Formats: sequence, C-alpha cells, structure tokens
Amino acid sequence: MIRFEAVTKRYPDGTVAVDSLDLTAPSGQITVLVGPSGCGKTTSLRMINRMIEPTAGRIWLDDRDTAAVAPHELRRGIGYVIQHAGLFPHRTVVDNVATVPVLLGASRREARKKALGLLDLVGLPAHFADRYPAQLSGGQQQRVGVARALAADPPVMLMDEPFSAVDPVVRDQLQNEFLRLQGELGKTIVFVTHDIDEAIKLGDQVAVLRVGGVLAQLAPPGELLARPADSFVAGFVGRDRGYRALGFTAAGELPLRDERPVALGSVATGTDEPWALVVDADNRPLGWVVVPSGGALTVTEAALNLGGTLAPTGGSLRAALDAALSSPSGRGVVVHEDGTLAGTVTASEVLARIEAGRAAATP
Amino acid sequence: MSNVWEYFRDHQDDVLSWTWTTVWLAAVPLVVGLLLALPLGWLANRHRWSYPPLVTAAGLLYTVPSLVLFLVLPGILGTKILDTLNVAVALTVYTFALLVRTVADGLNSVEQQTLAAADAMGYTSRQRFFGVQLPLAVPVIGAGLRVAAVSNVSLISVASIIGVPQLGSLFIIGNTNSQLTPILLGLILIVALALVFDVVILGGIRLLTPWRRA
Repeated sequence: MIRFEAVTKRYPDGTVAVDSLDLTAPSGQITVLVGPSGCGKTTSLRMINRMIEPTAGRIWLDDRDTAAVAPHELRRGIGYVIQHAGLFPHRTVVDNVATVPVLLGASRREARKKALGLLDLVGLPAHFADRYPAQLSGGQQQRVGVARALAADPPVMLMDEPFSAVDPVVRDQLQNEFLRLQGELGKTIVFVTHDIDEAIKLGDQVAVLRVGGVLAQLAPPGELLARPADSFVAGFVGRDRGYRALGFTAAGELPLRDERPVALGSVATGTDEPWALVVDADNRPLGWVVVPSGGALTVTEAALNLGGTLAPTGGSLRAALDAALSSPSGRGVVVHEDGTLAGTVTASEVLARIEAGRAAATP
Repeated sequence: MSNVWEYFRDHQDDVLSWTWTTVWLAAVPLVVGLLLALPLGWLANRHRWSYPPLVTAAGLLYTVPSLVLFLVLPGILGTKILDTLNVAVALTVYTFALLVRTVADGLNSVEQQTLAAADAMGYTSRQRFFGVQLPLAVPVIGAGLRVAAVSNVSLISVASIIGVPQLGSLFIIGNTNSQLTPILLGLILIVALALVFDVVILGGIRLLTPWRRA
C-alpha cells in the first residue's frame, strides 16, 4: 500500500505542482493518476521513489515513511517504468533487465538467468537477449522496460506514461498484456497517463487530478463514468461516457437466438431473411453474406461482410451492444470462449437488458 | 625516397631512440591529461554555473604558445631547461586544456532520460557516473582524445628548438646542414606516428562501444 498524507510540492518560484494530496493506492491494485498537463501527476509519482522530494507531507510505503529510507535503497525496491522505456543504450537487452538484481548484489550470471525468464514473461523471444535497445522497436523496448522494472520482483511498481510513445495498435496490445501480467503478479501499481481511455481501461481505481495538483475525484472507473464528481471531471471523462460505462457492467445471461449458419464454400439458398451468418469448419463465425430471396449463392471469402464485432459470452453490455450495432444484419454475434458460435442478440434486446438493470438499481 | 631509407639506416640508433621518446612524450601526457580532465569535466557538467568559467579558462590555457610553456616550466617545476619532463608536462597541460570541454560536453551528451532511468533503478551517483554516464560519453570523449593525440605528436617537434632530442631533431639537423632528407624522414615518421595513435585510439573506442555497431 502507498499512502499520500497531505503531500505538497511547491517550487522555489512559487508554483504549486501538488497541493495537499491525500491518496491511498491499495496493495495488489492498479491506481491510475490521470489529468491534463500541469496537474502534478508525474510529480506525484516521482515523489513516491523520491526522484522529487515533497515540500510538505509524508508518503508511506506500507508502514515505512519513505523520507526515512536512503533514496537509492528505496528505489531498488520499487519497479519503475519510464516513458520511451529509458533503456541503457550501451547494455544488451538481457543486461538492461538484470540491472536491479546486480545492484542488489546478485551475481551477473544469476541475474542474467533471471532476466531471460522475465523476457519470456513479457513476451520477447530469447534471441532478443543479446541485442542492443537501438535494434528494437518502440513496443519491444517498452516490454524490456517492463521486464527491467519487474526484475527484482518489487511489490510496488511506478509507471510513467509507459505506453504513450507507441502506435495505437501496439499500445492496445501492450495494455492487454499488462493486464494479463498484473492478473498473475498482483503488484501494487501507480500508473500515470494523460489518456482517460487508458485510465479507465487499466485502473482498478482512477484518481483524476486538476491543474495545480488537486485531487478532483478518486473512484473505480465505472463510477467515474456514471457519477463524475463535478463538471471538470465530467468534461475530462469526455463524450460517450454513457456508452463507455456499459463496458463495466456484465451483460449476464442474454436471450440468444439460434442462427442457421452457412459454411464457407457451400451453396446457400435464399430465405426471407437476406443476411446469413458464415462460419468455418469449427463453427467459428467469419462474417455475413446476403443471399437473395429465392436465389442461391456460393459462399466465398470475397463475398463476406466483415463489419460485425464479436461479443464473448459473459462479456460486458458494451461488447454485446456493439456487436449488435456493428452487425450488418442487426443481429450481434455472441461467441463462446473458444470462439465458436453461441447465438445472436439484437440491440433492442440488449437495451431491454440495460433498462431492466437500471430499474432494479433504482430504489 | 631511397635517400630517406639510406639516411634512416645510417642513423638507425638515433632515429629509433628519438621515435621512442616521441611515442612516450605523446602517450603519457595523453593519459595523464585525460585523467586530470575527467574530474573537472565532471564538475563543469554537474554544476552548470561552473561550465563557462572552467571551459573558458581551459581554452585560454590552450592558447599559451608551446615555446613559452617549454621555457617557463623549468622555473615553475625546478627542472633543468633540457629535461624532457618539461615537454611532458607542457603536453599534459595542452591535453588537459583540450579535454576539459570535451569531457563536459561528452557527459552532457548523455540523454537526461537515461540518467533519470538510472536514478529510478537505484544507482548511487558514483555508480551512475561510472556505470552509465561515462561509458555513454566515450564516443565524444574519444573524438576529443584523437584530436589531442595528433596535436601532441606534432607539438613535440617544437621541443627541438630548446634541444630536447626527439623526432623533431631531424628538422633541426636538416636545417643546419641544408639537407632535405632528414626533414623528409622526420615528416614521414611523425605523420606515421600520428596515424598509429589515431588507429589505436579508434580501436579503443570501438572496443568500448560495441552498442554503436549493433
């Protein structure tokens, strides 16, 4: 657990970066600090490992006052992932990852062995070990950065906009893997970002800060979307928040209808319903085709409409609604965990589920 | 050219001994000058306010004519005027003067982000300097060292005027006897020596910076 107790950072020129911040980041959870530039989120993060010293207040790491621990010793016990990875350009990937264990006194051989295991954990093949950072893509460097932060198995991790310098596709991938990793490791994480979508996706709780370093709201993401504390938070959380909030509500058991899917390569005969769902040999949905009423059509890959998204059974209301809205037939495709077809659901059926949930929640 | 070779054969003992004198007169000041420049360059980089005065002072030191330094040093060091130590100290001063700025700029060339990462990993400031900042400054410092080495080799010949025997003595001999051959031989050996220094330092830089070839 990390606890901020009335922490203030005031610079000699009078600028207040963080103003009497009280905040607790619970053990084993991801706490995201989010806000516009100048809100003191990075300053707050760096005060935890004393890269910046607070002007007033205390920061506790469990029951230790961080001010009472020598900075380099404190930092060796806290994983830190920096923007752009910040790898050491003169060290190989494996030696970068081995940094903190070596500082803590492990033999180079031991530390390297551990580092190889971590590369595997963050999804980098072993032959990357002897490369230099300049030979890696931004996304790969960031993986090495995460591995380096994890190397000494610190209970606490600080992450400063770790995924902001990579392209959106890689970012999404890194975020998903980060969540999977956290599911396995259960670290106490403080994560800084300026991207509210990232905050909502990753945070167990999200702290929205306003310029001048004042905490505007601290809440789980679903609550932040549903009940912003003031107009600043509402504005910062942004548009589509009603829709995005559905991402935090489980769809539950949806009234699925049976489809009569057609197989790829087969000849489909037309019925009253022009849209037919196409599946592969293992009953996994591939897309939709239009079969003219009374006619027949050989189902080829080229004829497929790929517009529809897939919602997993046991997924969120948002996924289910999006599947229905994006489907050219209006019937959203729901799949089992193994990717096979479960059935379809329409938008009005999902909306009915949303309305029913709302009625149940209103006293 | 055959004259040069003959001249070399005829005066082999002298020329070889002068070559060795030139080698160590260039090499030792290079190493000592670098070792002296490191702490000052570190200071100039660590405390930004000290950069302008330190670098300016070092620059001024470099503008002192070598002949003046050769003549003044015996008075300061208490050495004899013909002592080779005077030359060694003078060249050390020049190397040092040249490298203070280079070391400061080299250390400054290391990205702030890399240094911040080292801090965040829990490096002490000493570990950070020797483990991260200095190794990453090697390309810049090495480039300065190459300049200093070549400049040393050529500056040494000036010492002939005060009578310290080394390869520059060949120029004096040529001048006194109105012979072109010793001058040519001296020129060839000094240029060759400068090249050898350059190649050796370049090799050292490459050895210390495997990441730049990756």
